[in-house]
Amino acid sequence: MENITKRFGKVTANNAVNLELHEGEILSLLGENGSGKTTLMNMLSGIYFPDEGQIYIHGQPVTIGSPKDAFAHGIGMIHQHFKLVDVFTATENIILGLEEKGRMNIPEATRKVKEICDKYGFDIDPNQKIYDMSVSQKQTVEIVKVLYRGADILILDEPTAVLTPQETDKLFQIMRNMKADGKSLIIITHKLHEVLDVSDRVAVLRKGEYIGDVLTKDADQQSLTDMMVGHAVALNIDRPEPVNVQKRLEITGLTAYDELGVKRLDDVSFTINAGEVLGIAGIAGSGQRELLESIAGLYPVAEGSVRYYAPDGSAPKELVGLDPMDIRKNGIAMSFVPEDRLGMGLVGSMGMTGNMMLRSWRKGASIFLNRKDPEALANRIWNELGVVTPSTNFPVRRMSGGNVQKVLVGREIAQSPAVLMTAYAVRGLDINTSYTIYNLLTEQKMKGVAVVYVGEDLDVLLELCDRIVVLCGGQVSGVVDARTTDKRQIGSLMTLVRGGKVDA
Amino acid sequence: MHKQSLFHISKRDALPWYQAVLIRGGAIVLALIVCALVTMLLTGENPISIYGTIFYGAFGTARKSWVTFQNLAVLLGISLAVTPAFKMRFWNIGAEGQVLIGCLATAACMIVLGDKLPNGVLIPVMLVAAIAAGALWGFLPSFFKAKWNTNETLFTLMMNYIATQLAAFFIIVWEVPKGAGKIGIINQNSEAGWLPVIGGKQYLLTILVVVVMTILMYIYLNYSKHGYEIAVVGESRRTASYAGIKVDRVIIRTMVLSGAVCGLMGLLLTAGTDHTLTTTIVGGRGFTAVMVSWLAKFNPIVMVFTSLLLVVLSRGASEISSVFSLNQSFADILTGIILFFIIGSEFFLTYKVSLRKSRKEA
Repeated sequence: MENITKRFGKVTANNAVNLELHEGEILSLLGENGSGKTTLMNMLSGIYFPDEGQIYIHGQPVTIGSPKDAFAHGIGMIHQHFKLVDVFTATENIILGLEEKGRMNIPEATRKVKEICDKYGFDIDPNQKIYDMSVSQKQTVEIVKVLYRGADILILDEPTAVLTPQETDKLFQIMRNMKADGKSLIIITHKLHEVLDVSDRVAVLRKGEYIGDVLTKDADQQSLTDMMVGHAVALNIDRPEPVNVQKRLEITGLTAYDELGVKRLDDVSFTINAGEVLGIAGIAGSGQRELLESIAGLYPVAEGSVRYYAPDGSAPKELVGLDPMDIRKNGIAMSFVPEDRLGMGLVGSMGMTGNMMLRSWRKGASIFLNRKDPEALANRIWNELGVVTPSTNFPVRRMSGGNVQKVLVGREIAQSPAVLMTAYAVRGLDINTSYTIYNLLTEQKMKGVAVVYVGEDLDVLLELCDRIVVLCGGQVSGVVDARTTDKRQIGSLMTLVRGGKVDA
Repeated sequence: MHKQSLFHISKRDALPWYQAVLIRGGAIVLALIVCALVTMLLTGENPISIYGTIFYGAFGTARKSWVTFQNLAVLLGISLAVTPAFKMRFWNIGAEGQVLIGCLATAACMIVLGDKLPNGVLIPVMLVAAIAAGALWGFLPSFFKAKWNTNETLFTLMMNYIATQLAAFFIIVWEVPKGAGKIGIINQNSEAGWLPVIGGKQYLLTILVVVVMTILMYIYLNYSKHGYEIAVVGESRRTASYAGIKVDRVIIRTMVLSGAVCGLMGLLLTAGTDHTLTTTIVGGRGFTAVMVSWLAKFNPIVMVFTSLLLVVLSRGASEISSVFSLNQSFADILTGIILFFIIGSEFFLTYKVSLRKSRKEA
């Protein structure tokens, strides 16, 4: 790819990027969020069309105007979000959309799928329905789908985000098998240890610009981070010893069902302590969201209890059955940074001030809104957290992800909570903002707040938290001390009670 | 080599206000030019004289102006009524029925109680009845929505038919004279239940009421806690419950308000100006109101102008049809063209269209 430029409105997502991929190599594309990795790959796979620049394959200039063109040139992309039909089998999904002449020949296709699986060591049953599959199996189907279409160049967009460490290792083994077969692979990721583990070469993007590439064997975590961020960054999270730990919330036997009657939380019991950061680990969709929303009074609880022990030592209060307003009226300061920032935590069309009001709108006896205090709070957060926005009335929907999160976290911390729950607080944020958030959480812990951190990056969980609760299929599969455990142990706990769907 | 599209479309950043004004203004100018061309091609009339006639039809005489402002007031009033619901993203297309049921309740009071109560008592009774009837018509769909998540679009639409059929039924019950199939002017001699005429101008009362309503609605939506709740619920119900807003309660309360204001408009129509009841007394304004409200992006002050535009166009349309002996439909064509451009301009406010730079093929 030569001098590729892509603009979205005033934003230049890629500016004159040159990228080279050799046959039979694994290239890591590294960069912070918003550095243009996915955009660049989308141009290679025909989803976007470059504004400037030229793509060459085997030295030949090509025009890739659609995903079909991309396939014709042997380029296939595995997206972060799977595009599979749940009620179809693996094979049916794989041949879906292929325009082959004649009648559909499922047995023949199944045979070909099997062949591909055997060749590279994929472990799927072509006749299994998608809804019966684990996340890693679904991903495998996506990869086979691309191979089936004869791709020589595979692009994997953050493939490990949804996998356990064990599943990741398996994926990497498969990637090495494909490399050995002469395929070229590009993996987009921002987990440095994975980059070092699997790739041959690393290309770094920063703010849409191509910074350079290095051979993986010449790189280490620190040097890659510095390239990515553009200046030296300390990669350590400060974890002071917890002081004055007190029981704050006691959760016993919490069980909840979703609208379809599927059990989402199954007899969950643990305690949340003031003065600690409690991590919650688990594969995506293991009940993390339901757990936090149940505690916050936003999810219907079928059984169990959540007891709140106030800092003043008064009698514990039962929270199950209360809605968020009742909880607040009971004098319980609970802050919640939900996973879905714009769909739950904030009002996208309103500015910072309007969003500050979400927590304060009911205050006072007047039927009119108090705009002054929220305005002042908005200005304070704007200055203290360095939110980039033209004004406190600029719709938060149009801010970048990091700024949106600063607004949300800033507001929640400003409630001086006794309990602060955060779900995927750093998802989609760049390294600097992530560290700002970690520091804010640790600060809260030292103030005696009970902090809950639901996270997906095990390295961060291990460094930031004091204790970690591991969820698996809606159950607590273990509570571990973050100072003494390791990734292996958490990884196997993450898949412990899933009835052997995934081998741990 | 593959064909490329000639232009590409991208989302705009924040637009400076003068550009927004320019785009909107440009849309209107373009609309007028296209209308002029269509007029000349289809009728051979001079477009300038057609536009002149439209203006004359709306404001040509004092009487015409009063009618225009009365129509404006009614349309604006109904639009104000549906606005809180739409701001909450509750698709209330039942304003037609909510107003009509208000008319029916008013007419019922006037006919049944007209000779029993003095006006000082009768009019408050009518007021309560009309507002209650409208509120009930708003309450039902919202209650079902809140409890069982029924589709409010269908529900409110169906409620329109119920209101129309009820009105049709009672028109036959009360028909004057027997067998006429219509009511005619209610209490023509006693004028019982007729709303007072202010300063000798029959339409002034309605206009004043709507002016006050516009200001109140603006304040309600922008500065009250209720208004804030409505905005949050409209944006995301999950965010609303996260913030401790009782979503069901807000939905029902807002629709009751919406229906009540519609009922009040029904009172103004039947007791204030028309003094009768027909099944078509609302005349589709319950639907036009939806357009007024959306065009103004739910801002009551802007709604004054969007409803003015629609009213002037429709008043002018009837004038054209009589002066140039053109079909009434021709005026509808012009209205359609103008609305097309105005609504179309919204696209260019949000998106930017740029031509692809010609690329050198390597």
